Amino acid sequence: MKKIVIIGNGITGITAAREIRKRSEYDITVISGESHHHFSRPALMYIYMGHMRAEHTKPYEDWFWDKNRISLRYGTVTKIDFTTKAVLLESGESIAYDKLILATGSKSNKFGWKGQDLKGVQGLYSLQDVEMMEENTKHLANGRGSAVVVGGGLIGIEVAEMLHSRHIPVTFLVRENIYWGNILPEEEGKLVERHIRAQGIDLRLSSELQEITSDSNGRARSVITKNGEELNAQFVALTAGVSPNTDLVKGTDVEVKRGILVNEFLETNLPDVYAAGDCAELKISDGTSKVEQLWYTGRMQAEALAKTICGNRTKYQRGIWFNSAKFFDIEYQTYGFVANKVRDGESHFYWEDASGTKSFRIVFQNASKVVTGVNTFGIRQRQAVWQRWIAEERKITDVLTDLGEANFDPEFYKQYEPEIISKFNQDYPESVVTLRRAKGLFSKLQVKFSPILTR
Amino acid sequence: MSQSLLKSVRSFGLILFLIGLFTFSLSLFLGTYSLTEDILTGSVTSSSDREKLSLALKPMLDKTYSNQFEFVREYHALFNDLNETAKREGKWGEVIYADYSFILTKNSTQGFLRENQASLFFFAIIITLLGALLYILPNFSLLGIAGIKNNGVWSNPASNCSWLGFLSAAYLIGFYMFLYFYPEYITGWVLLVEPVSLFLSGKPADQWFLYGFLYTASALVMGVRMFTKYRHSNYQLLRTASVMFFQSAFAFLIPEILKSLNLPSRDLKNIFPLDYSFFYDYNLNYLSSSGTLGLFMLFWGVVLFVLGVPIMTYFFGKRWYCSWVCGCGGLAETLGDPYRQLSDKSLKAWKVERILIHSVLVFSAVLLTFSLYSYFTHESSLLGVETWRVRQAYGFLIGAVFSGVVGTGFYPVMGSRVWCRFGCPLAAYLGIIQRFKSRFRITTNGGQCISCGNCSTYCEMGIDVRAYAQRGENIVRSSCVGCGVCAAVCPRGVLSLENGPEEFRLQELIK
Repeated sequence: MKKIVIIGNGITGITAAREIRKRSEYDITVISGESHHHFSRPALMYIYMGHMRAEHTKPYEDWFWDKNRISLRYGTVTKIDFTTKAVLLESGESIAYDKLILATGSKSNKFGWKGQDLKGVQGLYSLQDVEMMEENTKHLANGRGSAVVVGGGLIGIEVAEMLHSRHIPVTFLVRENIYWGNILPEEEGKLVERHIRAQGIDLRLSSELQEITSDSNGRARSVITKNGEELNAQFVALTAGVSPNTDLVKGTDVEVKRGILVNEFLETNLPDVYAAGDCAELKISDGTSKVEQLWYTGRMQAEALAKTICGNRTKYQRGIWFNSAKFFDIEYQTYGFVANKVRDGESHFYWEDASGTKSFRIVFQNASKVVTGVNTFGIRQRQAVWQRWIAEERKITDVLTDLGEANFDPEFYKQYEPEIISKFNQDYPESVVTLRRAKGLFSKLQVKFSPILTR
Repeated sequence: MSQSLLKSVRSFGLILFLIGLFTFSLSLFLGTYSLTEDILTGSVTSSSDREKLSLALKPMLDKTYSNQFEFVREYHALFNDLNETAKREGKWGEVIYADYSFILTKNSTQGFLRENQASLFFFAIIITLLGALLYILPNFSLLGIAGIKNNGVWSNPASNCSWLGFLSAAYLIGFYMFLYFYPEYITGWVLLVEPVSLFLSGKPADQWFLYGFLYTASALVMGVRMFTKYRHSNYQLLRTASVMFFQSAFAFLIPEILKSLNLPSRDLKNIFPLDYSFFYDYNLNYLSSSGTLGLFMLFWGVVLFVLGVPIMTYFFGKRWYCSWVCGCGGLAETLGDPYRQLSDKSLKAWKVERILIHSVLVFSAVLLTFSLYSYFTHESSLLGVETWRVRQAYGFLIGAVFSGVVGTGFYPVMGSRVWCRFGCPLAAYLGIIQRFKSRFRITTNGGQCISCGNCSTYCEMGIDVRAYAQRGENIVRSSCVGCGVCAAVCPRGVLSLENGPEEFRLQELIK
């Protein structure tokens, strides 16, 4: 029986294990040095905030693994011998494999800042990071100390929210002049910025870290920014993104660029060695390559890879793009592709409610009027409907006419579709749209539950 | 108002609440007890019992007891003597079957408690409720921008099943034990709320009035807490307002007002088998002989049970009742909300739940059969079992121990829906319809789940919501009461409660 060894028990490694088990009777071993059992990485913030205990973030009960004959090993891999096909654990034990999946995830970026290794300075990625953050900040709660968060992406705002939940004053340094500006268009960026500030966070745009100063005990004392300002900080979170964790294969025969290089079948340059998730760098046919560091893409890559390993060689195709996040109290969803700037040949229609906390952006092609993407803030949308509309290349007017069908907000919530459409009719008087259906309590809900997801 | 002022208001509220709770507990020990001929005459309506008792209780008359425990002990001793003697001598007609301990203790109360009834009501009850409100109301501002605020739930000893939770559970369980089995010891509390009862219905209070009053007050005050906590969610606001309304109007005020008008009095939203005594012969006789209103109540109760439940559940799922109307649900959704995360989500708990709740459903069906059999045939036994024994067993095991002592007493340890999840036969009946013939489901939003576990953690019914959400599978579970909190706490907008067409309801997205 084939022996599959998976390094990493995050969403990628675990999805691969589960999907391989669904398709085969192979011997499956998952190795992790981080935790005994798989947990949800995006849930780490909720452990710190007291919404959940660590055990609540485990998506499967502990008996699940035995029942599904997935062998879990807690330990750190120190070396892989690709010629004898074995991985070596810190304990000295060696585990043989027929096929090896590298799902080692990411590491927090550190850019050689002065003071980046002081006590009270850390990133947030692993379970150990949360434990460390607990230790580093417990004496700061309720305003007894203050914190600086460096880096304006999704982890940065999560850490800001975590600290805020303990009433620790936060200064949030963002290098770009718009929050998450490489992804969000200006209006959405501003919407999030207003919301961050409304929480009482001191958000500083176009601000960069120069150095972190230390007190006499080697702990962080303050942060000095590039424009020379000194900010009191007993805790500093470095959240300027993550990079693929390639430590294990660096300097081996495995080809590595930013991440572990794989083709569209998630195969590395070595036979029977695969990589997927955060640690992988996908070569695209045009010669470029990309790293995808999302929960969803990790899961989808693992699903494709499991098929390949079980004999049905399958390309990773992520289908119609989607993503979601939550910025403090505002939820964000996106379907299709929305660039941060209007690109040639496309138009963006944007609506924002009077309170400035809800928004809706739809991208369509000028010539064909076909909708290619949508961003919503504070309004939940139904993924199945948007995937169908985008796959069917629906025109903007058709989409807006049926907009109520995509509403996924809870019952009795205010429905903004009439406002959105009235704004569209103002902006585009040449193509007036009438809303056909609102999502109602007693509506027939003629949603086609179309099975278009890859899962 | 400034945050620091609001925090002071909160702390002040907490202090008031604790003072009130202390006074409430203390007030049980502030009476002296003294039985007189007049009290005996006023308390015992049956003249033959009165004669026997006034002889037997002679040694107690005009004696002052410093607390109810001594009073009750003496009463029981004399009362048992009387009955034992009668039985020994074979004088069965002399035996007293009624229990007068509660009414005699209550009416014999004197001393500080009696003289300061009004001020004690104020300090023990009004101050407790006011304190709780002052503790809660500042949250409209202190919780910050509207949204899910579960910060610190698992580090707070009141809500994380540690010492304060156990202490609360002990207090609640103690309260229920006295309420159901030893009400003669808590007549002091009944006296505190007696003026309210006299005002509402003109009738003296008993322990059930005390219970109804405290139940309603808790649901209202903790309902306000729900308003502060879930103020971003219209679904939660409306639902909470609904249970507050049904509890205060249907369960509490209307029955009291009907009593004051000497009309038949019922909680019109209570449905068999939750209302297990509905088909008892005395209730059927009472309703059918109480004029048009009585007949209407009889008709309404049967229609709700036979037609209301299946029709409403077909369209809306069991939530129309369990988390919008029901009194037990109302208490769970208000007083119980701080404990919702404590329910056990394991597969094992689900197995236990299915066995227990369906056993109670079967038990209630047996009860129904026996009750109706006796009512229609006037036979007192069926299959060799006396029907009153079935009623007695059900009332004790299910009505008192399960729904009361365990169902509510264990909130701070096992979560807010212990009774609804493991014991309620009406929930089981609604659940079977919800599972097999209903338009209700919780729809999962495609592949957006990040498996964080908030939905499962905050499911008061112990459903592992995440297990479905992460597979992109709709949730159609008989136990789901449709509280909507899973959809509220989801940080990615993955869950939505819907009443849709039956087609595709169970659809698992194709792999």
